[in-house]
Amino acid sequence: MAIDKVWVLAETAEGGGPTPVTLELLTEARAVGATVEAVTWGADAAALAGPVGEYGAGTLYDVGDLGGMLPGVPVAAALAALIEGGNAPEAILFPATYEGRDIAGRLSARLDKPVLTNVTGLVESDGGLSSQHPVFGGSHIVTARFTGSGPALFVVRAKSFAAEPSGGAAAAVVAAPVPDVATTNTAKVVERHVEERTGPKLDEAPVVVSGGRGLGEAGNYAMIEELAKLLHGAAGASRAIVDAGWVPYSHQVGQTGKTVKPTVYLACGISGATQHLVGMKGSKNIVAVNKDQEAPIFSVADLGIVGDVHKVLPALIEALKAKG
Amino acid sequence: MNVVVCVKQIPDPAAPGSLDPDTKTLDRSGKLIMDDSDNYGVEMALQLASGDGDEVTLVSMAPNGETSGLRTGLAMGAAKAILVSDEALAGSDALGTAKVLAAAIARANPDLVVMATESTDGYTGTLPVQVAELMGLPSVTFAKAIAVDGSSVKVERQTESGYDEVQCPMPAVVTVTAGVVEPRYPSFKGIMAAKSKPVDNLSVADLGIDASQVGAAGAGQEITDVSEAEARTAGEIVVDEGDGAQRIVAFLEQLKVV
Ligand SMILES: Cc1cc2nc3c(=O)[nH]c(=O)nc-3n(C[C@H](O)[C@H](O)[C@H](O)COP(=O)(O)OP(=O)(O)OC[C@H]3O[C@@H](n4cnc5c(N)ncnc54)[C@H](O)[C@@H]3O)c2cc1C
Ligand SMILES: Cc1cc2nc3c(=O)[nH]c(=O)nc-3n(C[C@H](O)[C@H](O)[C@H](O)COP(=O)(O)OP(=O)(O)OC[C@H]3O[C@@H](n4cnc5c(N)ncnc54)[C@H](O)[C@@H]3O)c2cc1C
Repeated sequence: MAIDKVWVLAETAEGGGPTPVTLELLTEARAVGATVEAVTWGADAAALAGPVGEYGAGTLYDVGDLGGMLPGVPVAAALAALIEGGNAPEAILFPATYEGRDIAGRLSARLDKPVLTNVTGLVESDGGLSSQHPVFGGSHIVTARFTGSGPALFVVRAKSFAAEPSGGAAAAVVAAPVPDVATTNTAKVVERHVEERTGPKLDEAPVVVSGGRGLGEAGNYAMIEELAKLLHGAAGASRAIVDAGWVPYSHQVGQTGKTVKPTVYLACGISGATQHLVGMKGSKNIVAVNKDQEAPIFSVADLGIVGDVHKVLPALIEALKAKG
Repeated sequence: MNVVVCVKQIPDPAAPGSLDPDTKTLDRSGKLIMDDSDNYGVEMALQLASGDGDEVTLVSMAPNGETSGLRTGLAMGAAKAILVSDEALAGSDALGTAKVLAAAIARANPDLVVMATESTDGYTGTLPVQVAELMGLPSVTFAKAIAVDGSSVKVERQTESGYDEVQCPMPAVVTVTAGVVEPRYPSFKGIMAAKSKPVDNLSVADLGIDASQVGAAGAGQEITDVSEAEARTAGEIVVDEGDGAQRIVAFLEQLKVV
């Protein structure tokens, strides 16, 4: 064991239960720490006690219902209060999600401790923890560590670790109330808009079919959706076509989007910019279709087709339909 | 309304990056340009602060008195800029940078602070909330649309499954994603005007910050190793002769995906 106590920020998935990255972080926390505890928030936070216990957390700190306020300020304040109350862990693992980054950043400034972000690995060193970070699009790995006293704050990318249950009992739920943060806790969600999704989730699908600017126009994304459906997979996208408004952000793969590791990743009309590659390079098999032989996506492809998406994709759809 | 936009000046991302062999931090010695991510923030701010008496101020921390990236933002239409440049700042981590930016931003007395969700070169994505916490301000990250409504901002904030409408009183920090607006190109007139717009040059001491809090001295972290990642080897690359689709099907069959 590198260290004694590790906390994991546990998030509730849309529709209930812990998010996959929560379970990944708990599993890794068990590998590096003697004691694992989780922190969460929300109206039904206690419902996570069973699953987080099953992945190794002995205690679940419950910040409670936030009344629609964005979590960054209140959850960081509750964590700081726990720590200042004498209950400090050596390290805290945050998922690299919207709320994870906000909470880690707020807590960092509150505690006057730095935060290491974009972490994809943790290693023991000199009785402490060092973190690994892919840089330059993943061509190099930087190892970093904290020089001061803890807690060490790490923001970890999804899919960095494989989740495995420990078979532990449900975690004991302990209330972690929000101290007075009236002046900063003022950003409130007034309405939620949830996009409908059919088929598997992008970051859990066994097959991901992604489209990029090479599709030419928004309407051609229908080919990507049809292929995804035929392969029982999910449809992804490069940032270029998300920014252009062709598809919603929830489809984006890459540094600022989702990390995916499917059995097959099919990249269509995507150049393979480093920021795209970091999100999909871990796929087991990569197939790319691009008309430019020099496109960087071919450097990571197991099968590369130098060709026009407008010819290859319709033929592929026909062939898959014919197979039934 | 006073809007501050933080503008990071970075090495050209098109040129291959390199790490300084001694400090293992990013080599920032060459010419710097405005981070493309901040294009969106500058444009958003100019659109929000387009009324009489409204003003957009740019704030940047960069080595060697670098202003070329700031000139780009000034050419787009910002009124003035604050630049913090000081040898003591070399090797700053995100929290150290946040301390400097928070002190510099406070000088402009903003109603709204706009930053990018994450920078292109460091991409920690934590700096804006660190600034907000240090300044005692609320924050809304990942904005894909912003509107000012009296004394508050209304933000469409990206979420895992769509977006949330968030209401937040000003002053506040908001981070924008690419695509929030279509950035304008600076006009020739704008480029000429930018040359004479005021840039306030500040040192760490000017901001009343203790030099031991920032730069490599204040950074509570260090890089211990840089190594090459295991490379993924390229497989079979073939030119489509009308058989491309069949080759993909055969590949998928062999993996038992179809
Ligand atoms: C801070 C930051 C974060 C970023 N995060 C992400 C991220 O999370 N995800 C992401 O994807 N990007 C991200 N990017 C953007 C990234 O740098 C690229 O701009 C983007 O990935 C390019 O998308 P693209 O491949 O669709 O478009 P392009 O680079 O324009 O490539 C289009 C490709 O299509 C090919 N093509 C054109 N026509 C055809 C045809 N008829 N048939 C076949 N091929 C054709 C072209 O040869 C080309 O290779 C980020 C950038 C920054 C600065
Ligand atoms: C590959 C790499 C990895 C790094 N990892 C870490 C890490 O894990 N932890 C850490 O503490 N530091 C890290 N750093 C250092 C960090 O990038 C710098 O301290 C940087 O000055 C601030 O962080 P950022 O650019 O990542 O901020 P982000 O949070 O990504 O920046 C968000 C936005 O804040 C604004 N902004 C950021 N910096 C400035 C500036 N200097 N002037 C004006 N506006 C600005 C811009 O609008 C920017 O888009 C890393 C640097 C590199 C090159």
